[in-house]
Amino acid sequence: MSASLPLAVSLPLLGALATTLAPRRARTLGLIAALASSAVVAWLVVAVWTQGALRVDLGGWSAPLGIGLEAGGANTLLLAMTALVALAISVHAGDYFRDRIQLGHFWPLWLLLWAALNALLLAADLFNIYVGLELLGLAGAALAALGGSRAALSASLRYLLVGLLGSMTYLLGVALIYTAYGQLDLGLLATQLTAGAAEATALALLTLGLAFKAALFPLHFWLPPTHANAPAPVSAALSALVGKVAAWLILLLWLGPFATVTAPAGATLLGLLGACGVVWGSWRALRAERLKLLAAHSTVAQIGYLFIFVPLLQGLAPGSERTTLIGALLLMALTHGFAKAAFFLAAGQVQQHAGHDRISDLGGTAQRLPATTFTLGLAGVALIGLPPSGSFIGKWLLLEAAIAQGQWWWIAPLLAGTLLAAAYVFRVLARAFNLEPTPQRFVNQGRAELPGLVLAVIAVVGLGLAAGGLWGLLEAVEVER
Amino acid sequence: MIPLQALYGSAGVVLFVLGLWSFLVHAPLLRKLIAINIMGSGVFHLLIAIAERGTEPPDPVPHALVLTGIVVAVSATALALVFSRRLEDAGGPPEDEC
Amino acid sequence: MNGRLRLLIALLAAVLGAALLWVFLPLLATRPESALAKAALAARPLTGVGNPVTAVLLDYRAYDTLLELAVLLAALLGIWSLGPPTPAYQRAGAALRAMIAWVVPLLVLAGGYLLWAGGQVPGGAFQGGALLGAAGVVLRLGGDPHAGLPAEPWQRLLASLGVGAFVIVGLVLLGLGRDFLDYPSAWAKWLILVIESAATLAIGATLAAAYVGGRPPGGTR
Repeated sequence: MSASLPLAVSLPLLGALATTLAPRRARTLGLIAALASSAVVAWLVVAVWTQGALRVDLGGWSAPLGIGLEAGGANTLLLAMTALVALAISVHAGDYFRDRIQLGHFWPLWLLLWAALNALLLAADLFNIYVGLELLGLAGAALAALGGSRAALSASLRYLLVGLLGSMTYLLGVALIYTAYGQLDLGLLATQLTAGAAEATALALLTLGLAFKAALFPLHFWLPPTHANAPAPVSAALSALVGKVAAWLILLLWLGPFATVTAPAGATLLGLLGACGVVWGSWRALRAERLKLLAAHSTVAQIGYLFIFVPLLQGLAPGSERTTLIGALLLMALTHGFAKAAFFLAAGQVQQHAGHDRISDLGGTAQRLPATTFTLGLAGVALIGLPPSGSFIGKWLLLEAAIAQGQWWWIAPLLAGTLLAAAYVFRVLARAFNLEPTPQRFVNQGRAELPGLVLAVIAVVGLGLAAGGLWGLLEAVEVER
Repeated sequence: MIPLQALYGSAGVVLFVLGLWSFLVHAPLLRKLIAINIMGSGVFHLLIAIAERGTEPPDPVPHALVLTGIVVAVSATALALVFSRRLEDAGGPPEDEC
Repeated sequence: MNGRLRLLIALLAAVLGAALLWVFLPLLATRPESALAKAALAARPLTGVGNPVTAVLLDYRAYDTLLELAVLLAALLGIWSLGPPTPAYQRAGAALRAMIAWVVPLLVLAGGYLLWAGGQVPGGAFQGGALLGAAGVVLRLGGDPHAGLPAEPWQRLLASLGVGAFVIVGLVLLGLGRDFLDYPSAWAKWLILVIESAATLAIGATLAAAYVGGRPPGGTR
């Protein structure tokens, strides 16, 4: 059972090697690797469901000497979301990239990115996270440049440089922790870390480094150009998965091993930055002129929501209240993952059919691409947080917790973000539906359109109605991971 | 040996801060890239310094971390250099970003 | 950027540096004995390699090294995705050619020595690979558009060797019912040598190919 943890990292890597060696068969080999990687994650989810949290020591060396991988409730759910979204992107990409040479470039880099995502979600070692982050950053930047335009190249280069700045800051934090404690394993550190100046500085450096990668306001400036200029499947992966993993690592450090180091002031600062991100990102999304740019700005907002949970969770003792709130946090993250991937895949379809993605010229999209428009609408429902989507439940629980803890001021950004989201989603839909004739066919191009639609349905209906199962998994295993 | 170790580690911190300053102040991409590499060298310096353990053999773990870090930094630098070269060939960064 | 902003950034950087030193220096004096260092040195006989740094890189923390080789591969694939390289340099003059004829074999030999020596004394896959990469750089500077590397399919194989050796060894051990990359003591030394050799070749080839700066010229387009 525990073999599924290293397999979740090594199977995408093996796929990356296969597609590197045989670029002409990249599509077939890549799809096989994608299916195998998803199957292993499914196996892992079942294992965690039945046996509780899993940990393996790689190389047979237990901590502190070796590196461990851990699968608890929360990161298993994120892994499952990653696998589903990545599988949908894999199917879609086969149709999106028409050119064999581009496919040959896309597949190995994409599988390396997937391996990095899984490695980071399972990581239990501070330095291992650094290596994983670099793999994520390099593969991500290379993929984002596949668009080929000057704007894409420039945006990817900036993404790469900002990512490097983040990793160096993170690495300095790791060095400080190693100086003070002489070890890197998160589980061991959790038992030993005490509040102090060195620990607080290290946590600040680690958080700052990760915040660059997570695009936490005001370090989000690189995200909109990168995500808007990348090929649609890549944008979907970057927005839905890459930023989320970095945000998850910050939350993991703050709520897990460094919980004793954190102070309410720091948590409130993170929450404030998150709130600023929500308002600013939503506002810029409303003003965006292009569909993909809108989606990219909206990602800044959606990442912001996750950080509003930090001040509410920081001092909370383990118990049902905390589990509920962590569940809500995950529900928001998962819903956004599915919905944003769906939105970008649909936006890519619009761009390929119309030759542009200017929102003001979207007229008649509903007639030409009914399924894609439906996907945009469903994903929009999830981004706004309308019932029955998962983010509706997430926001509701966040609201309840804010009132219960007397931190009612977090309601303001929540409401503002929701209203702005409604405005930017309806702005798109109003344009898309403004012509008369009834469409002939719902689906025009199955392989390209259906993956996004499936993701959007999961975000709205699946997560909303099946949210109970999520808490089931969280309660079954230890909550923190 | 503590003072020497402190000196070496402090030099690492100073290098990191110098690199950070240079990254923030200079606009050309190449200078930013060099600045990041200097920041990296600063952290590697610090790691080497803390590996020192007086009379006992040095701690091998930070040494290994530095080797891993160097290879990662070289890879990232290579990719960034090729990116900026291509961007230069294409006529520089576009005026109107995003 | 105006002068005032520069000054502000300089001031902030200085404050950050002072804060970091204020945290770091007392830490050096009070830090505990590193349990990890002790364990790493004590467990060395089990790994079959004498050089503790090699033991960390290829045994205790082999997984880090695996991901690091994947980073190297990602960088090369990213570089290749941008198309063929800009034209090669001029052919080298007679003096440079004569020097290259001496230096390249020496670099290859020294790289091989460092790889072998890395088991016992400082050295290993990275140092060896760096020298091989340097040989490629010298060749490219001398005008060889391929930097001494074979055709594209072989370059793909060479670049994949490092990650490949790690993943295959890891998966085979997993299949035998052991942990991922948990070498049996009797084979540890040889498995490490195989992985290290593959990693040396991969690092050398990848660095040289990255220096070329684009998809191998003359390959399939």
